[in-house]
Amino acid sequence: MMLAMTLLEIAPAVSVGVCLLGVFGIVLARRSPNVREAVSLITAGVNFVLVLWMYCQFQDGKEIGSTLVEIVPGLSLGFRVDALGILFGLIASSLWIVNTLYSIGYMRAHDEHKQTRFFSCFAIAIAACMGAAFSSSLFSLFAFYELLTICTYPLVIHAETETAKAGAKRYVTYLLGASTLFLLPALFLIWYAGGDNPTMAFAEGGLLASSTASHGLLGLAFVLSVIGLAKCGMMPFHSWLPAAMVAPTPVSALLHAVAVVKMGVFGVSRIVLHVFGIDLLEDIGIHQFLVWGACFTIVTASLVALVQDNLKRRLAYSTISQLSYVLLGLGMLVPAAGMAGVLHIGVHAFSKITLFFAAGAIYVALHKTKVSELDGIGRRMPITMTAFTIGALSMIGLPPAAGVVSKWFLVQGAADGAWYGVLAVLVVSALLNAAYFLPIVWRAFFKPTPPGEDDGYKEAPLLCVVALSITAAATIALFFLPDIFADLARAAVGGGS
Amino acid sequence: MRDLLQHLWTHYHYVIYIALMLIGLYAVLAKGNLVKKVIGLNLLQTAVFLFYLSIGHKTGGTVPVLWEGKPDAIPYENPLPHVLMLTAIVVGVSITAVALALIVRIKAAYGTVEEGEILALDEADGQGGS
Amino acid sequence: MTQHLPVLVIVVPLLTALIVPLVERVRRGSAWYLVTGALLFSTYAAIQMLVQVSSGPIEGSIRYALGAWSAPMGIEYVVDRVNGIVLTMVAVVGLISAVWMRPSLKMEIREQARGSYYTVFLLCCVGFMGMTITGDIFNLYVFLEIASITSYVLIAMGKRRQALYAGYSYLIVGSIGATFILLGIGHLYMRTGVLSMADIVALFEANPELFEKSDVRVAFAFFTVGLAMKMALFPLHGWQPSAYTQAPSAASLFIAATSTKVSAYVFYRISFSVFGIQFLESALPVIRDGLLVMAAAAIVLGPLLAIRQNNLKRLLAYSSVGQIGYIMLGVVLLNMDGVTGGLIHFWNHAAAKGALFCVAGALVYRTGSARIADLAGMGRTAPWTATVLTISGCSMIGVPLTAGFLSKWYLGAGALAADRWMIVPVLLASSIFTAIYVWRLLSLVWFAPKEAVPAVTKEVPWAMRGPALVLAAGCLVFGLSSISVSIARDAARALGLGS
Repeated sequence: MMLAMTLLEIAPAVSVGVCLLGVFGIVLARRSPNVREAVSLITAGVNFVLVLWMYCQFQDGKEIGSTLVEIVPGLSLGFRVDALGILFGLIASSLWIVNTLYSIGYMRAHDEHKQTRFFSCFAIAIAACMGAAFSSSLFSLFAFYELLTICTYPLVIHAETETAKAGAKRYVTYLLGASTLFLLPALFLIWYAGGDNPTMAFAEGGLLASSTASHGLLGLAFVLSVIGLAKCGMMPFHSWLPAAMVAPTPVSALLHAVAVVKMGVFGVSRIVLHVFGIDLLEDIGIHQFLVWGACFTIVTASLVALVQDNLKRRLAYSTISQLSYVLLGLGMLVPAAGMAGVLHIGVHAFSKITLFFAAGAIYVALHKTKVSELDGIGRRMPITMTAFTIGALSMIGLPPAAGVVSKWFLVQGAADGAWYGVLAVLVVSALLNAAYFLPIVWRAFFKPTPPGEDDGYKEAPLLCVVALSITAAATIALFFLPDIFADLARAAVGGGS
Repeated sequence: MRDLLQHLWTHYHYVIYIALMLIGLYAVLAKGNLVKKVIGLNLLQTAVFLFYLSIGHKTGGTVPVLWEGKPDAIPYENPLPHVLMLTAIVVGVSITAVALALIVRIKAAYGTVEEGEILALDEADGQGGS
Repeated sequence: MTQHLPVLVIVVPLLTALIVPLVERVRRGSAWYLVTGALLFSTYAAIQMLVQVSSGPIEGSIRYALGAWSAPMGIEYVVDRVNGIVLTMVAVVGLISAVWMRPSLKMEIREQARGSYYTVFLLCCVGFMGMTITGDIFNLYVFLEIASITSYVLIAMGKRRQALYAGYSYLIVGSIGATFILLGIGHLYMRTGVLSMADIVALFEANPELFEKSDVRVAFAFFTVGLAMKMALFPLHGWQPSAYTQAPSAASLFIAATSTKVSAYVFYRISFSVFGIQFLESALPVIRDGLLVMAAAAIVLGPLLAIRQNNLKRLLAYSSVGQIGYIMLGVVLLNMDGVTGGLIHFWNHAAAKGALFCVAGALVYRTGSARIADLAGMGRTAPWTATVLTISGCSMIGVPLTAGFLSKWYLGAGALAADRWMIVPVLLASSIFTAIYVWRLLSLVWFAPKEAVPAVTKEVPWAMRGPALVLAAGCLVFGLSSISVSIARDAARALGLGS
């Protein structure tokens, strides 16, 4: 009994610790790639099991987590598992396993250099995700948010070419600059708004719900924090994401489709739901900023994606656009829409990682990076392109892929809240998504292979194909069984009900 | 105006120490010769010594020693500022000594004691910025 | 013995300093043990006294009358919560740099001169510790001059001839500053007739009308300007970059981590314990506003000037110009949070800047100069030193969970509480500029092109690595634990600020 109690208290910290221990193991096993990759996989597996265990305990209604240190009044590092956190934790930890499989195939096929650095930074990044997911206070979240930026820098700069350096510089300047210039002052204002009893611990309904600070100050803090969480990709602070595409594809897949960007929207969810709270934002009226900023981003990013010829860049702009669905859902302050936004974190993760896996597989097998080179590729890489199609359907919001579920709730929420402008944006966006994804599918399956090019069957390495099949299958499975995530999302928005 | 003159006249010791101080500061800041700067520094310090001594002074005051017979009738000079200045003079002398020693070494290393020339030599060494 | 600690903390190193040259003459290289031993004792004594006052009442202090002559006749040494912090800082940094300097001196100081270097170094420590511990303003001046003269000599002992001129320039500026302080003491004495800090502040508290007197105000102005020169507060910082650059690395380490901060502490002491909060609040808004502008300018311009430097020591010197601005900001804000922020920055900056000068010293030890370009590839050849640079650099920026973050956080809170909200963007801008130059260093160290041959071929000896790691660990410990904040809060309370 005692043991179970303490285990519940430290479980989130153990989850972070397991990942960091994995780093240690990876570095130790640097001489032997097989052992090193085995360590990576085992760490990922153990971590997933741990998160799953926490999920079960959480479903039983147990309190998980504790405060580790309180540096000064209100600034504490600590963990507490709630619906939103476990949702993010489940997504990141499960996809890490798949992504590790994929990385092994990809990195080996490419014979990349500095693989030890690659795998260990990856593990630190996941540790940061776990820490952020289970953080019990805004300050903890901020610390892990910064850690994630710093430990992904070596991953972005991995190739160490001039382009990679320029991309990595832009990546780190945007992310660190925004978090220092905007997020940190926002944290400071939130702390200051607490008056004599400052706190940053997340609370149902918002930790600032009973704050007496002026609405001007709180509104400023809200705007600053949304801008400061630049990882959420809201325009005009998005250009780090296309720049980060210089990284190897597994990095783009897990980090820049899932972990890093999801950390951004996860942060915004925390800000909206557990720092300010829906009622307070309604009072201030500042949520309009979030809604229209997101609408602008959805449409503009889709338009930019239309003209990108580089496949990964097109996917990056699609990510920017899709992330704003989450922001939009949260910003409308309607329960159904908020739940749709949170759900979209999960749905988009599985769909977009599939797309990136496919893009990476094409690159590994055929060394093609441009959309215009993909004619007839569906016959050469049937599995990859089928998976890609499933991902694309999900992005557009067509059955039988998961994307339609969250979009459906989003539309419902917009109708509930009488956000008619938003409805129009959603329709336009769906059309634009179709306009930039369907041509790729059409090229791949219905156009002939260009003359003079080999058109034999040539799939990517087995591990890559396995990985992308799993995520594609998951994307379809989420359409039929969205309940795990949907329930968590509903609990996160609705205060446990 | 008359009042001001009157004031200055009765507090002439302040006028003297301020004048000395300004002369000293001028020498330290404006002169390019390192030795002259040290002389300026000495003037500055001397001005402060005089200031201290003047605040301990009483008209008709005498040595603060207990006189036999009538201990209360005799006004004493305040001895404390004198003691303090004894210390300050020692400090001043040590600073001058260190400064002069440095100047000797600078002369040996650069061959000049003119500030402008030293800076020009440093510039030529490329050491200005590093 | 415990009741004599306040005097022993000074006297032990003072007497040791005098026998050091003799011992060194008898047996080359043995003096270092004496120096380290003396500082070890001072560190022990300082920590012991800090613990003692920390466990007592907030306003409590240890008072020690020299020669049993109590004030106003004699000189008193006082240790309270505030100077306990600074005294410990000086002693610890002194000890750390003593351990660190042994290999470094072998490279940078002639063998015959090493004995006198040890003497001067020890006297310098005595001077700074004396400045913190004394309760008598004239005694303060004497210790200040001891610390200053020895600093001039330490700086002038640098290897290149530019060191001589740097030492001389510092001597001129420093002596003008010290003379101004002496004038301030004179004006104060003229009005109050006492030299003990406790007596002066008691007199002021009983007679607030004294604050209207022009000589009291002139005294404060002289103290301010004189101390601003000694602590290199912008724009009076001109002497500092050359002095730090040209001094032997061991001297740069000690002086950069302590000297300007002890002067800043003296400003705290003069402001709070001689003139009193009432004076600061009521009189001379001009000086307060002026100091605020100077501190803000230092905070922004120091790191901005640092970005362009090619010499690591000079870069660090400019960054120190900015850091002293933080400490001064604390006094100017004059509220609980602001002063807390200023006080923790004494420790935080000593740890971070000490660690960074250890790195600079390591660079000089291996390459003979402190050119920043030579840092390239150090992450591969000297990972420990590179780690120290990374941690302390993060603390300088104010990355959360490092010590520097807390200083900035509290100064920001103090600024808002004092209705000076424009200080917050100033702090942010400074963090950004600091991040730029730290990032430049770190990308050289960790992400240098593989082809480049690192100038630093291997790690420095453990005698240099260990102290650097201790200081870097300090940056993390102060950032993660609440101890330093609670000590600083109590100290701020002891200075008379409400909670």
